[in-house]
Amino acid sequence: MTATVSFRPDVIVIGGGLHGCSAALHLSMRGVRVLVLEKDHVARHASGVNAGGVRQLGRHVAEVPLSVASMALWHRIGDLVDDDCGFESHGQIKVAESEAELETVRARVAELNALGFTHEEVVGQDELRALVPAIADHCVGALVSRGDGAAIPFRTTFAFRRKAIALGARFQEGGTVTRLARKNSLWSVETADGNRFEAPVVVNAAGAWADRIAAQVGEPVPLEVIAPMLMITARVAPFIKPVVGATGRTLSFKQFPNGTVLIGGGLLGRAVRDENRTELDFSQVSVNARTVWDLFPCMRGATIVRSWAGIEARMPDQIPVIGPSGTEPDLYHSFGFSAHGFQLGPIVGRITADLITGGSTDLPIAPFSIGRFAA
Amino acid sequence: MFRRLPEIETAANAAAQAISFTIDGRPASARAGDSVAAALLANGITACRNTPVSGAARGPYCMMGVCFDCLVTIDGTGNRQGCQVRVAPGMAVETQNGKREVER
Amino acid sequence: MSAPNPKVDFDIAVVGSGPAGLAAAALAASKGASVVLLDEQAEPGGQIYRAVTETPVRDRKVLGPDYWHGAELLGPLRDSGAVHWPGTTVWSVARPREDAPDGHRPLQIGLSRNGAAAMLTVRHVILATGALERPFPIPGWTLPGVLGAGAAQVLLKTSGLVPAGATVMAGSGPLLWLLAWQYLQAGARIDAILDTTPKENWRAALPLLPGFLRSPYLGKGMKLMLDVRRKLTVIGNVTALRAEGDGALKSVVYTRNGTEHRLPADTLLLHQGVVPNLNLANATGCAQRWDGQQRCWRPTTDAWGATSVEGVSLAGDGAGIGGARAAEEAGRLAALDALHRLGRIGREQRDQAAAPFRAALDRALTGRAFLDTLYTPAEAFRVPADDTIVCRCEEITAGAVREAVRLGCSGPNQAKSFLRCGMGPCQGRLCGPTVTEVIAAERGVSPAEVGYYRLRPPVKPITLAELAALPKTDADIDAVFKH
Repeated sequence: MTATVSFRPDVIVIGGGLHGCSAALHLSMRGVRVLVLEKDHVARHASGVNAGGVRQLGRHVAEVPLSVASMALWHRIGDLVDDDCGFESHGQIKVAESEAELETVRARVAELNALGFTHEEVVGQDELRALVPAIADHCVGALVSRGDGAAIPFRTTFAFRRKAIALGARFQEGGTVTRLARKNSLWSVETADGNRFEAPVVVNAAGAWADRIAAQVGEPVPLEVIAPMLMITARVAPFIKPVVGATGRTLSFKQFPNGTVLIGGGLLGRAVRDENRTELDFSQVSVNARTVWDLFPCMRGATIVRSWAGIEARMPDQIPVIGPSGTEPDLYHSFGFSAHGFQLGPIVGRITADLITGGSTDLPIAPFSIGRFAA
Repeated sequence: MFRRLPEIETAANAAAQAISFTIDGRPASARAGDSVAAALLANGITACRNTPVSGAARGPYCMMGVCFDCLVTIDGTGNRQGCQVRVAPGMAVETQNGKREVER
Repeated sequence: MSAPNPKVDFDIAVVGSGPAGLAAAALAASKGASVVLLDEQAEPGGQIYRAVTETPVRDRKVLGPDYWHGAELLGPLRDSGAVHWPGTTVWSVARPREDAPDGHRPLQIGLSRNGAAAMLTVRHVILATGALERPFPIPGWTLPGVLGAGAAQVLLKTSGLVPAGATVMAGSGPLLWLLAWQYLQAGARIDAILDTTPKENWRAALPLLPGFLRSPYLGKGMKLMLDVRRKLTVIGNVTALRAEGDGALKSVVYTRNGTEHRLPADTLLLHQGVVPNLNLANATGCAQRWDGQQRCWRPTTDAWGATSVEGVSLAGDGAGIGGARAAEEAGRLAALDALHRLGRIGREQRDQAAAPFRAALDRALTGRAFLDTLYTPAEAFRVPADDTIVCRCEEITAGAVREAVRLGCSGPNQAKSFLRCGMGPCQGRLCGPTVTEVIAAERGVSPAEVGYYRLRPPVKPITLAELAALPKTDADIDAVFKH
């Protein structure tokens, strides 16, 4: 390709989602020459169409240290990518609809406190009403993470790409990686459009397709391809600031500053990854709508203008694969974020850059080792 | 601005076809078979809402349900396509002038 | 009629009751298939024959004989036994499920009727969604008082309404001339027609004229245009247009031979042809292609209207613009093919029955190339200047789209994610063709290369209440991929 003929990358990143773009950015910030290979276009799948939640709330304990570190980057995201990414921090709230659910969230906070984390707290009915006046009367309390928020996914991923490019990274879009092989300490990466690229180091950030890359180096992973569904309403007058979820059912609910309300939370449609296609399951969309009907009576007359699903990777233990390959040197994985990778984007790119440029990272990534799936 | 063809206005059954409804609380008249959007235009109202994006005035544009510019509140339900709903006796039609305007 | 029962099973659902849908439903049902005809409007006819059963314009010379032909399609529908559900909005057609247990692949149709949503299970779907007016993005086209000529024609057909006050028509294409002619018959006032047909189009179209003159239907259009030109002020070679006014239209400014002129106007009726109304087909997953001659996207179909999605066919202008007579024949062909696919008639029987319809289709399409060439809108009206709004819903200008391209958005879907163009309730119907062409021109590549919006259901907005109350069907696809 003319764009890359004179460009000898130090690192090839496979996948132009948020994690690929973040790795490219952090590497570029350190003077590393990066080439990102994206089979479609940047942010085409999960990174561009997710709910945009920037959430520490309710995370797997293994992810909490990374999530807390990433949150610090989010609060200064403009410094990192020269764009505020539409990030706003009005907290995230997980509503308890019964005393039993409230007990569950109390136990959660106790668990986190014991580990030394204090970002989550339990609030009672009055404070819940103050935070979310529109919430249904039956809700008794909530789990709250006040520093959390939401951003605009496509804009965010696009901003990471643009800043990476400004710092020297190259992006090659429209060619699926078909072959990955290492010879004489050099990776050779071939794409379906007939190109071949070489670099000493490769990052596998191929999202829902990352298992295919891993399989090429002899480390198959039990990656499941999922299609979480979302729907959005026409603009309504602003009535809610925080992002709201539920303890006992699947929900992610938030209003954008422009007035549209995004409803999701992870109910699944069907992904057809070889065709880049998803199919919606309206019986499940209906379940989602019913939850909103129950929790936000004011939304009953709202109109739904669009629904969609993104293609994502989910691991059996619901946490990602981050870190070096178990079979090959100079290959690093960053995938399988299991429908909650958006908030981790800024930090995991930094971790990957740490690993590549310094051989280690100060964040605890052992739980994310690909070795956990080794036979 | 639109007017009814004289052959229809003077037809013997014009009175029988008349429908009384309200636009922003004021009494108005339409003909059976009119859509709400047509009824607004027949009553001299070309702008039926302000956009929630910039506040600009809009009126019916396509009359076939594809442009969503004729959105009005009908009997209390907002964002209805005026060109897709037939006007009915006693119907309360409200223009959405600023009502659904939100910050941006 | 009672609300649709989600358990009701039809062999064939026809979506849209214009000429294609009416003919398809009537033919399929007359051969014994159970057929439901779903249509958003309260009365059959589509846009071309809108209100043909009940128009208050009873003087038949006003709307003309081509319009009244539509009434002839209603008898066969009534006699066929097809079930007609007017006032029904189809918001989703789900693709066949690859792993349906009993071998055949039903389709699920999401619909809304009388404020309630339901899913309908059928074996075959014929989409007859027709056309919509090609976007005509000029500065000020969002002002109240500016309407599509097609919209004005709907007002005439359904309500006997004609413009009052200063009225300007602008653009090109058969419908513009037809409406002007109908206004003449009705005695309505037209102050001027601003003809934007590019001069060079006549040169390009001339070699195709003989075919056009052979057309039994289209030749009439020429006579009608000449009639209008004789009786009304027609200003040709208009190369730029804008609508002006503060909160409502006040004047129309046009450029002719490099000079700007201003006309006071209360109403401006714009038209530059029609394009397929493809949102439902697109959201259903039907492949589509760029038609360079008609300068629009059209779903890919075979000679029977079958799309890339098994069990889904298209008939009429929704599959590419051919006009009402062609649509009718295409509807019959799609119906025959559906009957064949459902095992009701053999291949030979299908082909035999199709012969007269195919001949009639060919006749109806004679001369179409001349019209397409003559009425290809000028680039200035397809690829507007920076300050012109292209996305009416989100108020995104052509300049913003170009800026997004410079930032790296290479197609409509990235522009949509980045700018929100096409994200409003109209779902790109009023901006899609323009956004494709603006991006293509900015990148210096073909529209085919930049692509089109990926549209998603619901293709028409539905309320949260409808969705929340959606009846659960036994054809629930949970079993396939529930986690």
